[in-house]
Amino acid sequence: MIWDRMETLPRDDMERLQLDRLQSVVRRVCRKVPFYRNRLQEMGFKPTGVKSLSDLPKLPFTEKDDLRDNYPYGLFAVPLEKMVRIHASSGTTGRPTVVGYTRKDLGTWSELVARVVVQAGVKPRDVVQICFSYGLFTGGFGLHYGLERVGATVVPASAGNTPRQLRLMQDFHTTALVGTPTYALYIAEMARENGLDPTRLGLRLGLFGSEPWSEGLRQELQTAWGFAATDNYGMSELIGPGVSGECRLQDGLHISEDHFLPEIIDPETGETLPPGVQGELVITTLTKEGLPLLRYRTRDLTALDYTPCPCGRTTVRMRRVFGRTDDMLIIRGVNVFPSQVEEILMDTAGVGPHYQIIVDRKGYLDEMEVRVELAADYFTGAFRDLETLERNIKERLRSTLNTTPKVKLVEYRSLERTEGKAKRVIDRRPTADD
Amino acid sequence: MWVKQISVFLENKSGRLAAVARLLADNGFNIRALSIADTSDFGILRLIVNDPARAYQVLKDAGFTVSETEVLAVEVPDRPGGLAGVLDLLHDTGINIEYLYAFVSKSGGNALVLLKVEALERAVEVLGANGIQVQDYHIVHQI
Repeated sequence: MIWDRMETLPRDDMERLQLDRLQSVVRRVCRKVPFYRNRLQEMGFKPTGVKSLSDLPKLPFTEKDDLRDNYPYGLFAVPLEKMVRIHASSGTTGRPTVVGYTRKDLGTWSELVARVVVQAGVKPRDVVQICFSYGLFTGGFGLHYGLERVGATVVPASAGNTPRQLRLMQDFHTTALVGTPTYALYIAEMARENGLDPTRLGLRLGLFGSEPWSEGLRQELQTAWGFAATDNYGMSELIGPGVSGECRLQDGLHISEDHFLPEIIDPETGETLPPGVQGELVITTLTKEGLPLLRYRTRDLTALDYTPCPCGRTTVRMRRVFGRTDDMLIIRGVNVFPSQVEEILMDTAGVGPHYQIIVDRKGYLDEMEVRVELAADYFTGAFRDLETLERNIKERLRSTLNTTPKVKLVEYRSLERTEGKAKRVIDRRPTADD
Repeated sequence: MWVKQISVFLENKSGRLAAVARLLADNGFNIRALSIADTSDFGILRLIVNDPARAYQVLKDAGFTVSETEVLAVEVPDRPGGLAGVLDLLHDTGINIEYLYAFVSKSGGNALVLLKVEALERAVEVLGANGIQVQDYHIVHQI
């Protein structure tokens, strides 16, 4: 099922609509947001300077730091009294970024999340347990109102208290789960430890987001739960969840292009890249009232695919996020993404889905250590088997990453389990500030 | 005929070995023999205890990564050359020993060693034919 006919708009119509909306958002930010007015003036760009979509690269980028520098309300395009909701990022690294929603923005948000959940397969008869935390983080509330819009029965369980999550699933006959992939894995693990078979709990759908995950982890989740697992994407700066999501074909995430105009750029040079080439996703919000953003640099790495999807939607698809530009590790001059490590570990029998990458500096040299849990049922008691396993993982990592990490098998359950976003990388190298 | 050995996967970090010993003590197990093989990262603790089936479950329930392996308990004459003789026998018949460790207590005036080999039955046969006693499961776990 397709929620909104805008998802099937012919390309010409879509581009006309996008141009119309882009022109209006540029005029509006010039009028309402001093930050953009000054920036466009400095560049000599007139508020009416957008003549076609190909003018987009002439507009300035917006960076996360611009939001931080204008903390808390500096980039808002409406007076605070017009805002009906505030959300914020966690701010674990520096100042949080604050976002505001007008009443109309909240309506748009629900509609966009409705598209995402419907294409993931949610029906009004579904009982959906939301294991995202509710609060300043956009995940919980975002999915909540979108699911209500569709008519599903929402169980706002929030994150944490895993035994209660399992009890709710059984008592309320939950049919769909919303959360981070790593937390869903953990719930399945806890279920098995308590003698429950997760595949017999009756869940048919899992909707995952808020952290990058690999195809291998999807397979792992689908096997563990016996449900179809789809990816969806968003970030609070843009609106929260609802920017894009996978349809049942699990082949790329459909972007709601009538609201978010995507580009892919080279993160180093800022140049726009052609469709199909991987680079950093940049998004211009076309309809946001409260916090419109021009060419927001998401730091997420992906590629765009404009070929029509067999599901009937015509909207452009972004590939599953490969990693974040700020997740990228440079180990002895070689670029390494945690997602590459994850893909290999998921594909190796004998090690569990939980892993951690530790980076340190010994003298002048970077050292990378991959810690992964030995699967409980793989342990034979033979030393040789463990050594072979370590050596195989090391060899596969070396040939993919072009750098040789240390591999360390650790005990089952010894790595931290999280209810929110998983902490996969611990970088102990001194930074320039130290 | 075989003796049940419990193997525990342990990370090389302080307190893990003590945790196993404490857990077994609290559950009333007596450790009859043990060995540790380790690299700088991890180790495998091998244990002979009374009631191995229950020990396996107790360790597993506590979250340890465990497995059960069958090994041979071989009586070795307690005198110079006792062990060498037994090993020669196995070597001559092409039976490979993966690892070996000794029992604390004696069995009749003989020392007792635990042997891990691939060809369990063949080893028992060879040793028996040469008058070397292989101890029974029940006896070893009760020693």
